[in-house]
Amino acid sequence: MNKPRTFSTGGIHLDENKLSGLQLVTFVDLPREVTMLMNQHAGNPARPVVEKGDHVKRGDVIANADGLVSAYIHSPISGEVTSVGMVKDAYGKPCEGITIKSDPIDYNIDIEEVHEREAVRTNDDIASLTPDEIVSIVKEAGIVGLGGATFPTHVKLSPPPGFKPEILIINGAECEPYLTNDHALMLAHPDEIIEGTRLLRRATHVPRAVIAIESNKPDAIRLLWGKTAGLDDITVMPLKTKYPQGCEKQLIEAVTGRQVPSGSLPVATGAIVQNVATAYAVHRAVRYDEPLMKRIITVTGDSVRFPGNYHCSIGRSLRSIIEQAGGLPDDTAKVILGGPMMGRTVENLDAPSTKGVSCILILDDKQARRREAEPCIRCGACVNACPMGLEPFLISTLARKGRMEDAAHEKIMNCIECGSCNYACPAARPLLDYIRLGKIGIKAVSKDKKKKLIKWKGH
Amino acid sequence: MSVIVTSVIIVGAIGIMAAIVLYVVSTKFHVDENPAIEAIESLLPGANCGGCGCNGCHDFAVKCATASSLDGLNCPGAGEEAMRQIASITGLDAGDSTQCVAVVKCNGSCDIRKTNAQYDGEQSCAIKASLGAAGDACPFGCLGCGDCVSSCKWGALSMNPVTGLPEVDNVRCTGCGACVKACPRHLIELRPKGPRGMRVWVACSNKDRGAEARKECPVACIGCGKCSRICPHGAISVEHNLAYIDPASCRLCLKCVDSCPTSAIHSVNFPIKKKTDE
Repeated sequence: MNKPRTFSTGGIHLDENKLSGLQLVTFVDLPREVTMLMNQHAGNPARPVVEKGDHVKRGDVIANADGLVSAYIHSPISGEVTSVGMVKDAYGKPCEGITIKSDPIDYNIDIEEVHEREAVRTNDDIASLTPDEIVSIVKEAGIVGLGGATFPTHVKLSPPPGFKPEILIINGAECEPYLTNDHALMLAHPDEIIEGTRLLRRATHVPRAVIAIESNKPDAIRLLWGKTAGLDDITVMPLKTKYPQGCEKQLIEAVTGRQVPSGSLPVATGAIVQNVATAYAVHRAVRYDEPLMKRIITVTGDSVRFPGNYHCSIGRSLRSIIEQAGGLPDDTAKVILGGPMMGRTVENLDAPSTKGVSCILILDDKQARRREAEPCIRCGACVNACPMGLEPFLISTLARKGRMEDAAHEKIMNCIECGSCNYACPAARPLLDYIRLGKIGIKAVSKDKKKKLIKWKGH
Repeated sequence: MSVIVTSVIIVGAIGIMAAIVLYVVSTKFHVDENPAIEAIESLLPGANCGGCGCNGCHDFAVKCATASSLDGLNCPGAGEEAMRQIASITGLDAGDSTQCVAVVKCNGSCDIRKTNAQYDGEQSCAIKASLGAAGDACPFGCLGCGDCVSSCKWGALSMNPVTGLPEVDNVRCTGCGACVKACPRHLIELRPKGPRGMRVWVACSNKDRGAEARKECPVACIGCGKCSRICPHGAISVEHNLAYIDPASCRLCLKCVDSCPTSAIHSVNFPIKKKTDE
């Protein structure tokens, strides 16, 4: 057998810490109350179409997509809309949200529906769908990239003119430590993922799809290998375990050997990447006509009593999800949404979960604390680690000094914020913090310039 | 001995030749510069703070020397006296200028502010602001890392270690506005210095609804509107659950300060009132 592939530049090897390693999915009952945030996807926030006092059914659209890059939001429970207005998200920032409270009768009906939803489309129906129809079903179902970036899937499925996709890559790499939600999903629903993959492949007019899985998940590779054995359009590709292989650009290089050119879309290489969870959601949307209302969330951490993968409704409060895993441990110092490398610290546990939450990671004081930063010794560890081939020590210093033009010249915007440089730095310097700041600054400047240009053109 | 003589002669000759070349070049490429520019620049503080809106002090001096009127040209750092001198150099009338001073619109000091999480990352307001609420219950308040202090070229700002809030030195602050730009939460406002430094402002920027704002911080403006009703001059408006005192119409009567239920309105430099028994 060939050596498993991987990407060429940089990357780091991390302790896997896949604690919730039972790889089982625990089903969590419907919540009595949900709050759906309007900005839970990348792009424009959705516009609410319900008002306080309205009665909604499970699966009803409660907010419309605003513009092209945006997504519909559906109610995961039936009940009454109790408020439409500003709520605080997990990071303490105010944003618009819709709160829905279920009543007992609806709740029981919903539970039946969750467990036994009838298929709406038969195999023949699905086979006769045109690519455009699949894209519109995906759009209507409010599906976004479930790997964490939450980019609306229907936008990715219709690349801008001039780009011709050649291959679809289904991302089952799951390179972040602690996360097991994709792994569990692949073990629990391999057939559904394969069907979703085929639908995505047809929607994008590509002849071939690859399900890429890192070699630390041999059981998932074996299972999907067996399931795809007779298929000529879908193959499974094992990859070497290396962080950040789950990032779109690295994954494309690992699978196709092509690098995404600086500043252009990943589809320029002819590859479209979708997460396995997205493929599963597409299957649910097409076969069952079920919009995106629930997802698998890994709840994990060294002192969590029952670490595991919990299939729960979007919009459920983070605290109630943690309670499913045995509650917040006493020695909790930090709760992180996402993995330990790219995740962000939660400030408000009463905030609702969103479409992009893949993991709730609970760290104790020792793990949570940062080491004191020391002066840079120019060792180059960050340069070796950077998967984008950048010089993190340089761009972070330029950003700290406010030299944004120089930082832009050094390709700060190519940074994927994977955190490899921070991890590799022996002096524990906050490299990524300043790089992120620089990126925000440059985005603000270019927005400003655009505004000025529009003003100037208007005169 | 001869070595010393020859080296002195050689170095001397090189020196004379270089002097001739420099003389010729300086006469040939001489640029007549308006002497007013130099005179004006010597009056300016040379901090290149950008408070005048020009690219540094030299740029400001050039603009003053070439302008037909000094309206809109004002160096907040140099002060009124210097502007009068500049006016006399250029032979123009000095433009109107109101001496402004920075005020901090947050009063959530360390002992009363509520926190949800601990931040132990890099001490920079800009980074903290990019993370959302950055640990504080109030997503509008001061972040306390002193980005404004490091932006101040005049040494007028300092972090008070007890309250965790920046403090403005009335005398040193020139109202250049560098701190206004530096604050990622837009907490600093330039307000007229007022007679003998007396001024009144709302020391809060919380735009949440009253109940929520109260939960987040005990001294937050809850947008109750009591101050705007009591103000006899109509200087106070409440927008987005936050009161704002218009410095142009405020007559410093201090009625609002006493009426505020959360003591969110601050006044400074007023003579201490004599206590009266009621």
